Amino acid sequence: MTLRTFSILFLCLLLAGCSSSGTWGWYVIDPTTKQGYNNIRFLLNGFGATILLSIIAAVLSMCIGLIVALPGMSHNRWLRMPSRIYIEFIRAIPLLPMLFWVFYGLPVVLKSMGINANIDAFWGAIITLAISDSAFTAEIYRSGIQSINKGQTEAAKTIGLNYSQTMRYIILPQAIKRILPPLANQFIYIVKMSAFASVIGMQELTRRANELVVTEYRPLEIYTLLILEYLVLVLIISFGVRWLERKMGADESK
Amino acid sequence: MAKAIEIKRLNKWFGSYQALKDIDLNVSHGERIVICGPSGSGKSTLIRCINSLEHHDSGEITVDDIELNQNKASIAAIGAEVGMVFQQFNLFPHLSVLQNLTLGPTKVRGLSRSEAEERAMRILERVQIPEQAYKQPSELSGGQQQRVAIARSLCMEPKIMLFDEPTSALDPEMIAEVLDVIVDLAEDGMTMIVVTHEMGFARRAADRMVFMDKGEIIEMGAPKDFFEAPKTKRCKTFLNQILQH
Repeated sequence: MTLRTFSILFLCLLLAGCSSSGTWGWYVIDPTTKQGYNNIRFLLNGFGATILLSIIAAVLSMCIGLIVALPGMSHNRWLRMPSRIYIEFIRAIPLLPMLFWVFYGLPVVLKSMGINANIDAFWGAIITLAISDSAFTAEIYRSGIQSINKGQTEAAKTIGLNYSQTMRYIILPQAIKRILPPLANQFIYIVKMSAFASVIGMQELTRRANELVVTEYRPLEIYTLLILEYLVLVLIISFGVRWLERKMGADESK
Repeated sequence: MAKAIEIKRLNKWFGSYQALKDIDLNVSHGERIVICGPSGSGKSTLIRCINSLEHHDSGEITVDDIELNQNKASIAAIGAEVGMVFQQFNLFPHLSVLQNLTLGPTKVRGLSRSEAEERAMRILERVQIPEQAYKQPSELSGGQQQRVAIARSLCMEPKIMLFDEPTSALDPEMIAEVLDVIVDLAEDGMTMIVVTHEMGFARRAADRMVFMDKGEIIEMGAPKDFFEAPKTKRCKTFLNQILQH
């Protein structure tokens, strides 16, 4: 009962907004008008950058995470330590300060080392997201790999497989099913955190929304659309992962 | 002729707990050894030291004239000659039976896929489950899984086989089918060390019995003497307990 009342109220508010005479001003992104159409196109064009940014950062983070995680499980303390330090250190840095450091600070560091590298907003954001996230993916790998029975490693050893063969043919194919769900979680997190790239001028979804708000003075409508844009993106990823999990799960029960 | 396995004054600690105390054991080529003893006596630890699943703390292990040390080359060289069968089978659940068998030969021995599959099928015939080749391990009974595990080891053509309580995780009606395969191997002249509580099997297949307790070898001898006239009290007590069932 209350739910219905609320949805009717919400709908009324929304519809009232469309008339542009009230407090809502949907005209700003009304695709039937020329101005609204251009505005919407401007906002939706941010999808490309957000998606590209997220995918590259996620792939990098998965690679770095694996490189960090593997020595972290060694019996050798000197191999294990750098991995632990990396994870604890990176995990402790908030994303925004790290982004500033990479974008404004890293080029100075590189220059002092004689490397003249110009880090643009796109790569600055990717490096930051990838490194910041890699500490978490490393922990995901570790828990996934360590959940595989020790007998598997021993059996692999007795038929003569070396470490990398054991990882490749025995451990990782089994661990991936347990790693995938938390890794997908991490990917969703990257997509959302990519919004921070807006503060260093990356033209992705959030930056475009901000810029349009400055010219149109319609924050409510524009940010509502922005949230819906992320919602769509995340839902698509969720469904994709569900599908993948089902497919792999089916293989396992075969 | 050199011994298949020579163990001299072997010691192994887990922290402050001494799991193996001054173990001396020689195994000739083609000899079948059965190790028995109460749980925690160090039987499994001993055979796990032989194929370096555990590192020993002091003493010498020599397999086929190769001395086992921390050197990776010696571990690999010995690993190539020694096969191992585990209590919990440890089959690779994501691979089919055939893939379980061909992985080692193709990746380690460098056989082509067809060669490896041919060898795998021949060995599956030998353990009498060729019809299971294309199934997943989870579709097999315990006895069948353990026979696949034995076949997986045999595909590497080892000179020595180690069995770590191969029938302890099996339902009673499946024990015989696995033991038959091991007896078949023994009759073929395979050098083997079997850790087991199956005394009927020991009488049938062993050349020598080894009784361990608290990390030491207490008694050693031919099965006939061992079962009929055990010398030590600990061994007598153990045999009484185990043979009463």
